[in-house]
Amino acid sequence: MKKDFDILVVGAGPAGIAAAIAAAENGLRVGVVDDSPSPGGQIWRRGTQPPTAARRWNDRFEAAAVVRMMGWRVIDCLRLTPEGGILRAECNTPGVQPADLHFRHLILATGARERFLPFPGWTLPNVMGAGGLDAMVRGGLPIEGKRVVIAGTGPLLLAVAAQLTAHGASVVAICEQASLAQMAPLALALLRQPGKLLQGAKYRWATRKTPFFTRCWPAAALAEPNPGPGSENEPQPRLQAVTLHREGKQWTVACDYLACGFHLVPNTELASLLGSRIQDGFVVTDQQMRTSIPAVWCAGEPTGIGGVDASLLEGRIAGLSAAGKTEAARALSKRRPGMQAFARALERACRLDPRLRELADDQTIVCRCEDVRMAALRGRSGWRDAKLHTRCGMGPCQGRVCGGAAEFLFGWSAGHAHPPLYPARVSSLMEEAEEEAMAASSSHPAIEPE
Amino acid sequence: MTERTAQDISINSIELSVDGVRVRVAPGATVAAAVLTVDARTRTSVSGEPRAPLCGMGICFECQVGIDGVPYQRSCQILCSPGMRVTTCGEPSLP
Ligand SMILES: Cc1cc2nc3c(=O)[nH]c(=O)nc-3n(C[C@H](O)[C@H](O)[C@H](O)COP(=O)(O)OP(=O)(O)OC[C@H]3O[C@@H](n4cnc5c(N)ncnc54)[C@H](O)[C@@H]3O)c2cc1C
Ligand code: FES
Repeated sequence: MKKDFDILVVGAGPAGIAAAIAAAENGLRVGVVDDSPSPGGQIWRRGTQPPTAARRWNDRFEAAAVVRMMGWRVIDCLRLTPEGGILRAECNTPGVQPADLHFRHLILATGARERFLPFPGWTLPNVMGAGGLDAMVRGGLPIEGKRVVIAGTGPLLLAVAAQLTAHGASVVAICEQASLAQMAPLALALLRQPGKLLQGAKYRWATRKTPFFTRCWPAAALAEPNPGPGSENEPQPRLQAVTLHREGKQWTVACDYLACGFHLVPNTELASLLGSRIQDGFVVTDQQMRTSIPAVWCAGEPTGIGGVDASLLEGRIAGLSAAGKTEAARALSKRRPGMQAFARALERACRLDPRLRELADDQTIVCRCEDVRMAALRGRSGWRDAKLHTRCGMGPCQGRVCGGAAEFLFGWSAGHAHPPLYPARVSSLMEEAEEEAMAASSSHPAIEPE
Repeated sequence: MTERTAQDISINSIELSVDGVRVRVAPGATVAAAVLTVDARTRTSVSGEPRAPLCGMGICFECQVGIDGVPYQRSCQILCSPGMRVTTCGEPSLP
């Protein structure tokens, strides 16, 4: 299937939605593609409840003349020149043919994921990301009356605690790895954004019955004792309690779920595949959100973790700029420095305590796809060496989970992304090979080997 | 399965099966949530550990299940539809 757009947006979170609206309102043919079944990204994820937050953005997006491809994931770039290119996307519904998305301008709004750190027991069922459990509950998981421990770092913990409490969960503890002193400058930065401060206060009020520990983290997730081999319906081990650690003290809390995320890691795989410049883990752009590659813009969390307002602003700038409304884009970009200052303050507040590197013991699994344990990774010289010798990062998630951990644990950076960006169906790859052979030309993006 | 009230049934209007167990969910529910509702695991890891969803946003692949005979679907990115047949780890329809 072939589709043709003036502007193609990858990602339908706040950044992608704002970009698509800005471009469409200027009369361009706009397409938006997103892996999720409905638009909204992480913060406005829909699920079983009608969208309440951001109704205004939602309505504008629904009304905009935009081709929405929800449930499609971009797996490769078939061609890229300064005049435009082609991305290959696969549908999450089996049996649907892959699509080749032709564009003149491309806007990457691929967002971020949570950072996960390995600790004993973190692979047990019912241990999830903080955003992960939130997503499950929005997706219909009954949480009423369940005991939840929320741990990790960042403002997401409080947001998730408030959300789960509102759904009737009993949040028994919130554990923030940072110290109060480390977080204080963030509160100061928030003084300049009263809306955010108010939101934070509301979240804390909603969770006022829950103890909030700083410098606290999970030392181990504990399973229900397994009654041993026996009948066919042998119960599987599952989470029963969490041992928490704080200032040399440890104690154990019974719970049904542990929701644990250590702030966010930008999704830069597609930008990396296209060859766009990435510095300190983030996609480099100019004030108009143009990347180092002609015809490619980037907005939202891949450029810096600045929260929903930063993503919306950058999305609008990118959409206007890609639509040729350079003046309007420039005017808006004057508001970026304040947002960037907030992103930097957030990053400092979430800086990980080096002691978290000691959570995993030799037997702890680091790469969950290939079950590579900590002991196998110690002594490896880097990400590539680890991949070759242990298969770490070689499974279906392609290092999206263990890569963020290895970066913190060993200081390894992941290197260039390779196609396909997600495991692809064989038929799709074969078609792609044919297409590439036909298009065999210098126009294919130069992708440096690692 | 637990008893459900009439009101539950009208809200949870979609019926599907997870490893042969019937589940009712609300429109907009993900397959991952339906699987966790019956307390099933999603997959078995290469060294034999039971696994369940981690990220909820399509990146970790821990939530892979078989849907209507097609294996390795990320259940957190797919919405439930009436009559869906979901098979989790160890079920024979997964190769
Ligand atoms: C549970 C939760 C609650 C949050 N609450 C708040 C809050 O209260 N306030 C706040 O400021 N921030 C909050 N955040 C942070 C939030 O992530 C951002 O504010 C906001 O969602 C960022 O928007 P974005 O458009 O940059 O990225 P995202 O919302 O992450 O959207 C990116 C989209 O790109 C898609 N995508 C990525 N790669 C591909 C690909 N290759 N193919 C197809 N699609 C792709 C993803 O599926 C995703 O939908 C929250 C985050 C979470 C997880
Ligand atoms: S829960 Fe991570 S991919 Fe579905």
